[in-house]
Amino acid sequence: MTKKFSQEHEWIELEDGVATVGITDYAQQSLGDIVYVELPEVGKKLTKDGDAAVVESVKAASDVYAPLDGEIVEINEELDANPGLVNEAPEAEGWFFKMTLSDESQLDELMDEAAYKEFVEGL
Amino acid sequence: MDQQTELLKTALYDLHVELGAKMVPFAGYDMPVQYPLGVKGEHLHTRAKAGLFDVSHMGQVRLTGENRVAELEKLVPGDIAILKPGRTRYSAFTQDDGTILDDLMITNAGDSLFLVINAACKDDDIVHMRANLGDGVSLEEIDDRALLALQGPDAAKVLARFAPAVADLKFMSFAEIEIAGSPCFVTRSGYTGEDGYEISVPNADAEALARKLLAEEEVEAIGLGARDSLRLEAGLCLYGNDIDTTTTPVEGDLNWIINKRRREEGGFKGSDVILDQLANGADRKRVGIKPEGKAPAREHTQILNTDGEEIGEITSGGFGPTVDGPIAMGYVAIEFSKPGTKVDLMVRGKARPAEVVELPFAPHRYFRG
Repeated sequence: MTKKFSQEHEWIELEDGVATVGITDYAQQSLGDIVYVELPEVGKKLTKDGDAAVVESVKAASDVYAPLDGEIVEINEELDANPGLVNEAPEAEGWFFKMTLSDESQLDELMDEAAYKEFVEGL
Repeated sequence: MDQQTELLKTALYDLHVELGAKMVPFAGYDMPVQYPLGVKGEHLHTRAKAGLFDVSHMGQVRLTGENRVAELEKLVPGDIAILKPGRTRYSAFTQDDGTILDDLMITNAGDSLFLVINAACKDDDIVHMRANLGDGVSLEEIDDRALLALQGPDAAKVLARFAPAVADLKFMSFAEIEIAGSPCFVTRSGYTGEDGYEISVPNADAEALARKLLAEEEVEAIGLGARDSLRLEAGLCLYGNDIDTTTTPVEGDLNWIINKRRREEGGFKGSDVILDQLANGADRKRVGIKPEGKAPAREHTQILNTDGEEIGEITSGGFGPTVDGPIAMGYVAIEFSKPGTKVDLMVRGKARPAEVVELPFAPHRYFRG
């Protein structure tokens, strides 16, 4: 199982050819209380760095970008009823969607946990 | 605002930082947008108990001189002459075209009028007043006082521990009261829809007073984020969003600030336009809007009728923690302003159903005695 991180503060975890994507703890902390998450539809094709989802706090809406090319195969329906899951468990129950990857080698362009930690500390 | 300009700090700046506030630039000041409790928690705490807000960035002005009432009445549509000593009124500076330069609080402080104006409009308002107030009025900017707001159902109980006299003040009343040894101007008012006070306190005493209030178990520090969601739930206008130099008081659904005598006599800036709209109606009106789904509709969201035609725009929109859902205000063409009217909101290219509703979203709980 490989977990990678983007500079846009998404995490992506690949298991059996399907990648689970969410936002990092750092991201949820800077966004504050999350009140609504708009997820893509299953079957939607995503392009790396293109719009994938929208996350809204009390104050503002923020875009979530696709960390890699691929296609949505599942979305976290729980977030509709309980968007606060993103604050409580951003890198577990607060996941956003699952996608198949067009090109697994794109994962190499993302940061591993240690590199992401260093990246965040430098912000 | 010029990024190079150094941000101003209120007397409570060090306290905000010590409390772990996230500081943001607002109207030229470095202000707390939220504390570690977070916007939602701060909002709910204010409605449940009491919240302390630093609103020192707002302008405080004193008008003295024998003509102060008559001269100020040339700039606002409110009946200031009828305002008894110790009473406060919400009003607006109108312009010749009937639009709004700023909204403000006007208090008859006995020997003077005490005004509280918006931070972002402060300089313009003062220029406007200096240019238009005639002889027999002196304007003094009060820059040696901070302004704190203590809001929420426990506000009265808490503040009375330091100054029992505040308990007797009614909504929109004012008194000079010593609080914890400091000479304060206290108004029973605020901008959250809750009971509470605005306290003008000398800068030198502001931090000590804030610390005393925060030490009370009912009180939490509240930032600008929750101030905005609280006032939106209360259906109150944010100047620059919901009212500005493109909207009149009639369009802004603020007819109630145009008092009876002023309707009969006119004589304030833009009164010809405003009184004509009062008599004949305006083309559009500010209304409450409740999105049916869960997606918030932010300011500048297009409002469509159910035939897909544009009928207006959201001016304030977000999430109401007490309502536990998205809420908004905006302007719609007058024929769509009736509560119950179905509309669509264009959020991210998709029309989403919403309804025109009565304001406020959260009932006002002022203390009227």
